[in-house]
Amino acid sequence: MTYVPITVDERAAMLQALGLGSVDQLFEVIPPGIRFPAIDIGESLSELEATETVEALAGRNRAVSGLPMFLGAGAYRHFVPAAVGAIIGRSELSTAYTPYQPEVSQGTLQASFEFQSLVCDLTGMDVTNASVYDGASAVAEAVLMAKRLTGRERVVVSGGVNPRYRATLATYVGARDVQIETTAVRRGADGVLVEEDLVGAIDETTACCVVSQPTFFGEIRDLAPVVEAAHRAGALVVEVYNPTSLGLLRPPGAWGADIAVAEGQPLGIPLSYGGPYVGLMSCRSELVRQMPGRIVGQTTDAQGRRGFVLTLQAREQHIRREKATSNICTSQTLISFGVATYLALVGPEGLRDVAEASARNARRAAGQVGAIPGVAVITPRPFFHEFAIQTPLPAAELTRRLLERDIIGGYDLGQVDPELVNSMLLCCTEVTTVAQIQRLVQAVGEILVDRAAASGALDQHGTRAMEATVAEGRPGGTA
Amino acid sequence: MTEQLLRELSAPGRPTVRMPASRAADEPLDIPAGLLRDELPLPEVSEPEVVRHFTRLSRLNVSIDTTFYPLGSCTMKYNPKVNDAMASLPGMRALHPLQPEATTQGAIELIAELQDLLARITGFDAVSLAGAAGAQGELAGLSIIRAAHEARGDTRRRRVLIPDSAHGTNPATASMVGYEVTALRSDKRGNVDLAALRDLLDDDVAGLMITVPSTLGLFDEAMLEVTELVHEAGGLVYGDGANLNALLGVARPRELGIDVMHLNLHKTFTTPHGGGGPGACAVCVTSELAPFLPIPVAARRSDGSYTLDAERPQSIGRLGAFHGHFGMLVRAYTYIRMLGSAGLREVGEAAVLNANYLRGQLAEKYRLAYDRSCMHEVVFSGLQSGSARTLDVAKRLLDYGFHPPTIYFPLIVPEALMIEPTETETKATLDAFVAALLAVAEEAERDPDLLHEAPHETPVGRLDETSAARRPILHW
Repeated sequence: MTYVPITVDERAAMLQALGLGSVDQLFEVIPPGIRFPAIDIGESLSELEATETVEALAGRNRAVSGLPMFLGAGAYRHFVPAAVGAIIGRSELSTAYTPYQPEVSQGTLQASFEFQSLVCDLTGMDVTNASVYDGASAVAEAVLMAKRLTGRERVVVSGGVNPRYRATLATYVGARDVQIETTAVRRGADGVLVEEDLVGAIDETTACCVVSQPTFFGEIRDLAPVVEAAHRAGALVVEVYNPTSLGLLRPPGAWGADIAVAEGQPLGIPLSYGGPYVGLMSCRSELVRQMPGRIVGQTTDAQGRRGFVLTLQAREQHIRREKATSNICTSQTLISFGVATYLALVGPEGLRDVAEASARNARRAAGQVGAIPGVAVITPRPFFHEFAIQTPLPAAELTRRLLERDIIGGYDLGQVDPELVNSMLLCCTEVTTVAQIQRLVQAVGEILVDRAAASGALDQHGTRAMEATVAEGRPGGTA
Repeated sequence: MTEQLLRELSAPGRPTVRMPASRAADEPLDIPAGLLRDELPLPEVSEPEVVRHFTRLSRLNVSIDTTFYPLGSCTMKYNPKVNDAMASLPGMRALHPLQPEATTQGAIELIAELQDLLARITGFDAVSLAGAAGAQGELAGLSIIRAAHEARGDTRRRRVLIPDSAHGTNPATASMVGYEVTALRSDKRGNVDLAALRDLLDDDVAGLMITVPSTLGLFDEAMLEVTELVHEAGGLVYGDGANLNALLGVARPRELGIDVMHLNLHKTFTTPHGGGGPGACAVCVTSELAPFLPIPVAARRSDGSYTLDAERPQSIGRLGAFHGHFGMLVRAYTYIRMLGSAGLREVGEAAVLNANYLRGQLAEKYRLAYDRSCMHEVVFSGLQSGSARTLDVAKRLLDYGFHPPTIYFPLIVPEALMIEPTETETKATLDAFVAALLAVAEEAERDPDLLHEAPHETPVGRLDETSAARRPILHW
């Protein structure tokens, strides 16, 4: 079906009004050899048939609802109050477009203004834009912004920043004059993850230093030394944060970050296989004219009534074209309304509860998983709601074995760094139950015993070899 | 009619939605005080008030579901509700992007099938759905052009030609990818000026970015010659697919000589515009450019299983953390399956017929920018007579209950009024819109002040944008 409502008679009347005998006459400008090609995309389906088709595809997926799942690594399963879906399902919001006519778009504009304000409250930053695509592109846009602001070309990126964000940054800077230096995170002598000297990498040629709080590996750090070093060198600080963590943690504004960016998905947005999510981007007031993306501002009409408009548009592509701060044209408006609704609903107490519950559950999991012989927690404490473990098994294999037991394990860190092939990043949120943690602990224990037994059958020294690996990799007291 | 801010609805200690306390509450939180925040100044509002607040805000909007919304170049067509229902299936929505591929075979198959459907519709050989929106598709497309030239060892090409009618994202993108932008003149019929093109083409031109049909609503009368000239000079042709709706079932962009093109799934393929996003995008390329596509690309293995292929050594890389706007891909897939082969041409034909019908009905009172058949949208250059400006016409149209067309774009048309009706409107709606625009034209002659002061019937009147930019108030 096509949703074309014109009847045969109406079509004839319209053609007659145009003095045309056939609609084909409107297409004579298309080169005849390629006009009206035969395209095979299958039969036209009814809504019922289309539904059956998509439901069949959905049936070949394993929804994570209700399953023990310990994946995070940039996308997080949190509880979403039903009112969030009800609001962003309002088609007055979802089927409007960019508020080019503010008089009939006050709903979109005020909601965006409130989203900006809520993110400012959350981060302690002065200004927030109406959002960018996701956390990854937010990092890239922040780096390009810092380059414009400082006129410098060297960028220091912590290895604690999500590797996929770093990859996206590489795509964005492409062939341009930006030199990216990354401080590696590796396992140190005690087996625990440690980063190269980030402060030492900052110098007078540095445009910005990009740090993540918590790091991709979950660690929470004192950011004061980095902020101090960067500012002393005239460089900007870009902080990548997890928005849920700000229910507890010191916010970017308090650390002195110049630009703060995040993936907003944890705040009320469904996992949806990776998108659409929403990039949060904030900065200090003085920097706003180099910030990319839409910004909504408050103003008044002729009668003095409060109203909202798109503002500071002289930064944007439709005005400045090749001199714009970015080519970005859309924002993730509807998704940002999900974030605004979520924050409004849960309030300060609710967000603190979510952050605390996630952190406590992760501590429970780390304590118990880390106590399994052969397993070590390798993220230094304190961590937020994620931590890496080292086991005698490749993480890919552990994932498979866990899946056989209906558990979705953590993220295989071997995909990030071949040296971490036996490491897995585990995440807990407020949704994780104590029973699920127990199932994970039991399953990992059994899998490792099976493995030890299997290698024992092949090699009588197998078990001892495993223990040796463990002793080498296990930091005392971390678990 | 204004709505309070959440901050104004807040009262300290008002109960909000209760979130679960930890199920492991006895675990100590070992985070030093210096790493914790002192206060969290979010508003405290009850759930009923939050719901009323946002519901009331929604009613201050016009939208496709309430109003004819003929915003040129934006393709504001009806968004089928079944699309949303399919994206909300637990088997689509409750999937973590990194869970094992064995547990997401249906999702990857959907992405692979959508890639294939879009390749068939456009005539291209390979597609990536990793992009977030049209502008990011442009970034990918121009990065692909750069990578392709560099792979041949050709590093001299530093300029991109862009017609003066182009959307602002085109030059902004070229600049982001490190190219210099050279504007390309349009001729009197709204085509690319071939003489100017010939003059500009040389061995430092990486390519041409061209929108098909153009933002003037016109199909270039020498389209094949334009793309041939670029190819002869060693350049590549980037197609901006924002206006693909006009070409559905009518022509395949690849056969026009385009090498790489982005499609806006939120325009042509009915994913909701969301008040300005999320968009969704496809990047389509020829087989020669396929190795450079952004990762991941969905692929079917020889054993029949599906995978998201990220091991593509010549790829321009990632555009985001995961695999694009999957929720939007589910919607676009659902829509395209319903269209089927026969539905494609029906869309293209009806979109073009509707725009031409409006052209015919309005040309007496509004000045046509180019007096020839248009494609999916028609561009006028203000009123035929009277002192009212296009801005006034647009604002007065609000009082008649219509969302105005795009105004003051394209930049090369003075007082531009760009109308894109789409195919999903009835003749009765089009006639009512014509009647409103003709009434406004009549008012413009009789009582111009009525227009200058419009709108009169909206929740707020014209807003002071100058003060908003001069003394920005960007949060409460």
